[in-house]
Amino acid sequence: MGLATEGLNLRRIGGSIRGLGGFAVVTALTFLGLLAVTFFIGRVVPIDPVLAVVGDRATQAQYDAARVAMGLDRPLVVQFFSYVGEVLRGDLGQSITTNRPVAEDLARVFPATLEMATLGILIGVLLGVPTGVWAASHQGSWIDQVIRVFALMGYSVPAFWLGLVGLAVFYAGLGWVAGPGRLDIFYEGLVPTRTGLMLVDSALVGDWQVFFNALDHLALPATILGFFSLAYIARMTRSFMLDQLGQEYITTARVKGVPEWRVIWGHAFKPIRVPLITVIGLSYAGLLEGSVMIETVFSWPGIGNYLTQALLNADMNAVLGATLVIGSVFILINKISDVLYRVLDPRSR
Amino acid sequence: MTAPLLEIDNLRVSFPTHTGRVEVVKGLSFTLGRERLGIVGESGSGKSMTGRAILRLVRSPGRQVADRMVFDGIDLQAQSERAMRALRGARISMIMQDPKFSLNPVMTVGAQIAEALRVQERLPHRAVRARVLEMLEAVRIHNPERVARLYPHEVSGGMGQRVMIAMMLIPRPDLLIADEPTSALDVSVQAQVLDLIDELVRENGMGLILISHDLGLVSRYCDRIVVMNAGEVVESCVASELNNATHPYTRGLIAAQPRMEETRDELPVLDRSAWSGT
Amino acid sequence: MGARDWLLDDSPASRVQADLGRAYRMGMALLRNPLAVIGALIILVLILTAAFAPWIAPESPFGQDLANRLLPPSQQHWMGTDELGRDIFSRVVYGSRITLLIVALVAVISAPLGLIIGAVSGYFGGWTDRFLMGVTDIFLSMPKLILALAFVAALGPGIENAIIAIAITAWPAYARIARAETLTFRSSEFISAVRLLGASHFRIIFRHVLPLCTSSMIVRVTLDMAGIILTAAGLGFLGLGAQPPLPEWGAMISRGRTFILDQWWVATMPGFAIILVSLGFSLLGDGLRDVLDPKHGGER
Repeated sequence: MGLATEGLNLRRIGGSIRGLGGFAVVTALTFLGLLAVTFFIGRVVPIDPVLAVVGDRATQAQYDAARVAMGLDRPLVVQFFSYVGEVLRGDLGQSITTNRPVAEDLARVFPATLEMATLGILIGVLLGVPTGVWAASHQGSWIDQVIRVFALMGYSVPAFWLGLVGLAVFYAGLGWVAGPGRLDIFYEGLVPTRTGLMLVDSALVGDWQVFFNALDHLALPATILGFFSLAYIARMTRSFMLDQLGQEYITTARVKGVPEWRVIWGHAFKPIRVPLITVIGLSYAGLLEGSVMIETVFSWPGIGNYLTQALLNADMNAVLGATLVIGSVFILINKISDVLYRVLDPRSR
Repeated sequence: MTAPLLEIDNLRVSFPTHTGRVEVVKGLSFTLGRERLGIVGESGSGKSMTGRAILRLVRSPGRQVADRMVFDGIDLQAQSERAMRALRGARISMIMQDPKFSLNPVMTVGAQIAEALRVQERLPHRAVRARVLEMLEAVRIHNPERVARLYPHEVSGGMGQRVMIAMMLIPRPDLLIADEPTSALDVSVQAQVLDLIDELVRENGMGLILISHDLGLVSRYCDRIVVMNAGEVVESCVASELNNATHPYTRGLIAAQPRMEETRDELPVLDRSAWSGT
Repeated sequence: MGARDWLLDDSPASRVQADLGRAYRMGMALLRNPLAVIGALIILVLILTAAFAPWIAPESPFGQDLANRLLPPSQQHWMGTDELGRDIFSRVVYGSRITLLIVALVAVISAPLGLIIGAVSGYFGGWTDRFLMGVTDIFLSMPKLILALAFVAALGPGIENAIIAIAITAWPAYARIARAETLTFRSSEFISAVRLLGASHFRIIFRHVLPLCTSSMIVRVTLDMAGIILTAAGLGFLGLGAQPPLPEWGAMISRGRTFILDQWWVATMPGFAIILVSLGFSLLGDGLRDVLDPKHGGER
């Protein structure tokens, strides 16, 4: 999981925030940077894209014609800007495995990932924040140590391994949850696709059987994803809380005779809500990324699975398209949490 | 009025270090009526810890013990944490050093003052609000409605400290501890804030413990003075007799104070060998 | 006792004494943290295992024995055997070499790269800083694992390419730290003094700025190790990292995936190795941070 944003602290987040105009420029530049990276990766591929189109038996003349037709004879800078133009128009090229436009494929698979990651982040936040607060308010005790090791586990367990073991234990062994995939085979296609989110779609038409079957399938992968965000959120919450609990105003609250639970939730927790939003945003983005491994294990028809399939088939358009989409969502969530920080913290008003 | 407000006998506060526990307060004793007591000492002399120990707020791993610690007939050491909370704020209160750090940065000033009242008494919302505004006026804030809505970073240091005073006095405590209440403020507002504390303490017939490193300031505002050095009391006297102090440390502190009609070229430096023996 | 006093001397007489004293105090602080000690022990075991793999492993990691395939853990095969009858324990032991190689190479490539970019950026400031940090920020705000996957896809599967891909995605965090550290003492007296002595920018950065960044760097790199191991294992699992028959832990799990329901040990055993080693680095990194970072640090 790419949740390595440990060094983050209150001041750093605060310092990284500039004006809103600057924000737009920075975001645009970051997107351009992402495009440059995917373009660069596309260029260094050892697979010759022309050859992939014309086939091995093409003559040199045919090859050259295709090369010109694909615009590969132009200078790199020109090619880059035409690539940017294509992406802005929503054209990500054709996938050689599905024979459909990559953009269309991605629109189809993305909701599955979104649904899983959203459920995961809910689990992570609802359990992670209280766990972190609990650890901080018992700093140094055995509870704190247990939580610390538990949270570090989230940094040390391979997601794909946990998925496999989870399937073996809870699906095959105990039969508590449904197996791989989004639905049991006989529920497939019963509900019309509107949002692409299975829970929402089934609830919209009131088909609760499908709803609960979908939930059954979601439970294990979402819980595993949730565990990773829980670990990260709990750790960050703990460290933010410790910062606050050492502050003088906490003593002030105690001098006033404020009960301990209120000192913690009413005083120490308040200033950390805003940086926590940033952490949760990062964690959410991290889950979209982490879903690559989980989806592979659970045969989850999401963007991660699509990406790995494309990787194995050397379907570069699909790889770059998926990278671009995940990267964009990642950047967007990053930047939105930055803005939220600015808007919500009374000190930055 | 005959029974003392606070009696402390042999108070010790210690913290663990690499080389074992180190005592920062070593056997402090004093008795306080409804009067103004000054505790003076340099930084690290244990004076701040004394203030916190009275409220039983020395945080772990620090530890406090005393032979006797009685407030208005209540044995502070025998109280449960819950009973202590009922005493804190309501009966014993403390003004902290620097409003920049001692006020919650994300709560409005008004909410913080109101909280001090709410944790002690159940009052209707309207009554709380009225008391808060009344209290803000009592600390000479002219536009209480507006100030109550401000966040701590939006008020000046002097005003912040007045907010602090309002917050600590709103439940009408019997004893106020002021821990270096003016050392973070501009010189120009120091006197105002101290005069305000002094006035409110006298009006309400409270006891005051003024903790400071400033000997002159303490002797001006207090009836009695305790001088601390390295966790021990080295001198205890009536403020007006400070100039007759006998302990070399106190004499050294007095000598080190600059005066208006100064003729000395150099201020003397404390000669610690006179009492510490090293 | 004499040596201890010499180490703890408040006014060391030489730089060596000061450095050793500092190391000693840090070591002592680390020893008081039981979790950090456990972490350090785990890493020590990893290094020893990698170094003495041929003596520790009872069998060859490649020797196939189809008669004994998929045997459950027993006295003879502590972790059972895989689908080709190879002893899983032996493969896990040899796998430690690959893991150690990956983390070491990634650290050796990305840490100095980030360090130099960050130090140059912070030291020179101005447009150099804006440009370098702009690039760094762009890399930082992109998903690391996805980027690594895309790079490997482009470069082709294999352990070298996996290492390069991970290193490319790891340096920005180090550049940020090095820049932040550099900024704190760029305008300090001693740097001006060195400059007055006529030292070149190159010399100042390498002899005076970089050494001061190392402690926070060590903490960060140690903490990142777990992530690096997981990414490498993930690439192996997807078939993009180390290729068979190399006993890479992630690839081993991938092979065992088919048998997870009946022969659970094939996939789970290498997983335990990954968890243990990652946890070791995390625990040590956590402990190091407590010691080196005074803000979160203990008593000193």
